Amino acid sequence: MAGSLSSISGKPLWLLAELTYKCPLQCPYCSNPLEISKYSNELTTDDWFRVLREARALGAMQLGLSGGEPLVRKDLEEIIAEAHRLGYYSNLITSGVGMDADRVAKFKTSGLDHIQISFQASDKELNDFLGGTSSFAHKLEMARAVKDQGYPMVLNIVLHQKNIEQLEDIIKMCVELKADFVELASTQYYGWSRLNIDYLLPTREQVTKAESIAKRYQTDLEGKMKILYVVPDYYEKRPKACMNGWGSIFLTIAPDGRALPCHAAATLPDIEFPNVRDNSIESIWDDSNAFNKFRGFAWMEEPCRSCPEKEKDFGGCRCQAYMMTGNAAAADPVCDKSPHHAELQAEVALIEKTSANKNEPLIFRTMKNSKKYQIDKKLNLSQN
Amino acid sequence: MINQMPSLSSMYRFQWEEAQSSYVLLYPEGMVKLSRTAGEILKRVTGKTTVKQLVSDLETEFPGSDLEPDVLNFLTEAKKNGWISF
Ligand code: SF4
Ligand code: SF4
Repeated sequence: MAGSLSSISGKPLWLLAELTYKCPLQCPYCSNPLEISKYSNELTTDDWFRVLREARALGAMQLGLSGGEPLVRKDLEEIIAEAHRLGYYSNLITSGVGMDADRVAKFKTSGLDHIQISFQASDKELNDFLGGTSSFAHKLEMARAVKDQGYPMVLNIVLHQKNIEQLEDIIKMCVELKADFVELASTQYYGWSRLNIDYLLPTREQVTKAESIAKRYQTDLEGKMKILYVVPDYYEKRPKACMNGWGSIFLTIAPDGRALPCHAAATLPDIEFPNVRDNSIESIWDDSNAFNKFRGFAWMEEPCRSCPEKEKDFGGCRCQAYMMTGNAAAADPVCDKSPHHAELQAEVALIEKTSANKNEPLIFRTMKNSKKYQIDKKLNLSQN
Repeated sequence: MINQMPSLSSMYRFQWEEAQSSYVLLYPEGMVKLSRTAGEILKRVTGKTTVKQLVSDLETEFPGSDLEPDVLNFLTEAKKNGWISF
């Protein structure tokens, strides 16, 4: 559930702290960069304290503690306590692997406000296959522990070709676990999911069916459980309002201290992202080239520049634009006004037609694969 | 409604935000900036105050108008949004 607050102050409202890229799971759709193996130089506890303090002083209210798997950080309790002291609403975004009922309770006393647990699927077999570890039973147990402690609980399931047909079972599982919110997020194709797009992109038919199931449950469960269904944008005619606009309300800090306007932005070429080790959050937000590059509307090219809808979607996603057109300032090709839209559609149609016959294995998010695949950075759909 | 004592749902946190110069509601991965009136009403939603008392409190602090219809409208809306319960 993205916030309904638009940028009033022009300052960051949302701080996403990617504490580490280490993770016991290996999801082949992981939104982390392919280069995870290069991020061993993690920020210290004190660095994070300073980041929290400075962002809070600018007005940030929401804090996402994420990764990788944030539970890997031994100082997580300390970071939570500091966030609480500063007045953040803190969200722990986790796979559930790395905590037990005791730690869930300790987070509560440290002042954590909310826990979001991700599931890979609604059954053990597929969940454990996709995550690359046996984690399903533990996740169920942790979801119950979260509710026992009285936290609001969001369950997050990334949808793709391999699990989208279980949607009904997934929703039923969430009801049983007494989730307050369910995020059914269609895979976005960057990084790892891009590598695996042939195996992950659902067909149009699957998407239409899933959408109607989600709608039905949204109505049926109204007032009991909120369901957010994010459609896969490759089948849309308008792009998503990515990050609510570049440098508008979101600030991501990667494990090595690099500040990013969006967690996928590190894939963009020719931008030097400032590091919190050398710069204050205020100067990063206000003055850095990186945060000003696609801020507002002046950077836009046609068709966005003269488009009446530009204030609605900000021209879509910069990473997607770059990935598919080679130009990060182009319109997101999801938009049917983009000259590259037809190309995208043709490619999607090709994947739809051929994916059933593919049987090469999925590429899992492992440090070994990270070393192997980051060499080939120019991953275009057409090269798959 | 007038004799009931509304309380804030456990899902939400209500606080003053200096940078926004307003009250806000915070909830899992989201937030709402409240108007001045909404903030003043929610500040008094404690689970221990009746709607009647709340209206009279507000009328003492902001004298000169009949606030009851606005308060009732807002509380109905807030309940529909899941922010408060009775
Ligand atoms: S998507 Fe999977 S592999 Fe990636 S950080 Fe989350 S749990 Fe770990
Ligand atoms: S042309 Fe650009 S601004 Fe207009 S709808 Fe498409 S992506 Fe959005």
